[in-house]
Amino acid sequence: MDFTVALAQIKPKLGCLDDNMALAEAAIEKGIAAGADLVVFPELALTGYFLKDLVPEVALSLDSPQIQRLKKLSERISIAIGFVEVSSDFRFFNSAVYLEAGEIRHVHRKVYLPTYGLFDEQRYMARGERFRAFDTRFGRVGMLICEDMWHLSAPYILAMDGAMTLICLSSSPGRGVSESEGLGSAAAWQKLTSTSAMFLNCRVFYCNRVGYEDGINFWGGSEAISPSGEVTDRGALLEEDFVLARVDGGALRRERIFSPMMRDENLAITVKELKRIDKEKDC
Amino acid sequence: MAGLTVNTNLLRRILVGFVRDEVYKVGVRKGVLGLSGGIDSALVAYIAAEALGPENVYAYCMPYRTSNPESEAHARLVAESLGINFKVIEITPMIDAYFNITTDADNMRRGNKMARERMTILYDHSAAVGGLVLGTSNKTELLLGYGTLHGDMASALNPIGDIYKSQVWELSEAMGVPREVIEKKPSADLWAGQTDEQELGFTYREADELLYRMVDQRMSREELISAGFDAQFIDNVARKVQGSHFKRRLPIIAKVSNRTIDRDFRYARDWGK
Repeated sequence: MDFTVALAQIKPKLGCLDDNMALAEAAIEKGIAAGADLVVFPELALTGYFLKDLVPEVALSLDSPQIQRLKKLSERISIAIGFVEVSSDFRFFNSAVYLEAGEIRHVHRKVYLPTYGLFDEQRYMARGERFRAFDTRFGRVGMLICEDMWHLSAPYILAMDGAMTLICLSSSPGRGVSESEGLGSAAAWQKLTSTSAMFLNCRVFYCNRVGYEDGINFWGGSEAISPSGEVTDRGALLEEDFVLARVDGGALRRERIFSPMMRDENLAITVKELKRIDKEKDC
Repeated sequence: MAGLTVNTNLLRRILVGFVRDEVYKVGVRKGVLGLSGGIDSALVAYIAAEALGPENVYAYCMPYRTSNPESEAHARLVAESLGINFKVIEITPMIDAYFNITTDADNMRRGNKMARERMTILYDHSAAVGGLVLGTSNKTELLLGYGTLHGDMASALNPIGDIYKSQVWELSEAMGVPREVIEKKPSADLWAGQTDEQELGFTYREADELLYRMVDQRMSREELISAGFDAQFIDNVARKVQGSHFKRRLPIIAKVSNRTIDRDFRYARDWGK
């Protein structure tokens, strides 16, 4: 099926749940008005990124009023959004929730929490333990949060689990100003999203935020990428944007006929070799 | 050597956006800075004028009686070409009053006192006009510790603290800082004929080539030597970076509670903004 995805390249306020809920609701309404079928938000869209000790204060449980409100809105448009999730045993996760037809369809808890360079996520948050694809009205989907995408195994697992659409929610800090046209971090991401789409014959929706937190900029540049790895739509660099991308449903079928890498992928060999490596590493 | 050259369009966008965003977030619209006549503060003035509008930038030139008159002329030139607010406030009376009671101070103490005097004036004016003090120390100076703690190193926010002096030159060209300001020899202007490079014992260009590889690329001493850097120069610069590290950190607090400010009690400065 053809459908329209909206990438809400917003600028959340650090630690201000109410303001960010209002931002999200406005973007959702905008998506509905524009006839979009799905709206994707950045990582930690409801809270901002460099939360540090604010993590427990802005965390939401899945039955919080905010998630209920988003659920209700998802009767009119499918929603993928990032927030801090608190579990019943008081672990805090960097999570993304996918809501559709008034229900929570899936929650992904970020697995790869970076702690290098300017990052400090695992100090404040618990690690997710799984990558699972799930069914939506657009077919099977997999969600990744920022650093997850940098681990080749993550999108691979999701694709092997049947995902044909990868949604990546991101808060990527801009760095690496050099002689070249764009930012170092943006250039690296653009290679990554496009290559992942091409290798896995999946469409990729990448939504990255903008704004500054303590002098660190988030560069935006959200993208819709076709299963051949071609960028069909790209958001503005360093400023708020709302990208509406028309998705050609047939492109995925045609791409999978043209280069049936996923069909030929041998899960048994992968599993066998990974088991062997795991065993040998133990020795 | 490659590496230090930057895409000035992109850098300009990021730094202008930074000043606008971080100033507005605090709930004010204005920026205050000391305009010395040198290139660093001139560049910050250019960035601030683009970010906030020239009418919202307040620049103060604060000469001492021994300051080179050319400095004030250059500061004025920058202010006039941008159309920002400009005022000259002489620090001679307060500096002389102090050193009349403390007569044994050497050049370094005198220079530090002047830098701190200027910063108290800037903070006072930031309160008067309702703006934030914009920092004008570049990455080279900050790494070498070539600045006065709580003096010129102080600020509410600093747009150029992550760019090297060579990059300050490059961006200044792109933003149209007057030629005479770009081309003159960098000087703290503490005494007649003083230049930074003479005082440091090497050029900013040389320091930047080394610091970029040492700090940004994390090259080892062996790698730096095989890249052609002199061992003594490497050690000299490394010692300066290490020795001045205290200037780049907040004062340390003796820990006694379970949640000590900054060590455990950690929030971004932009908390709630």
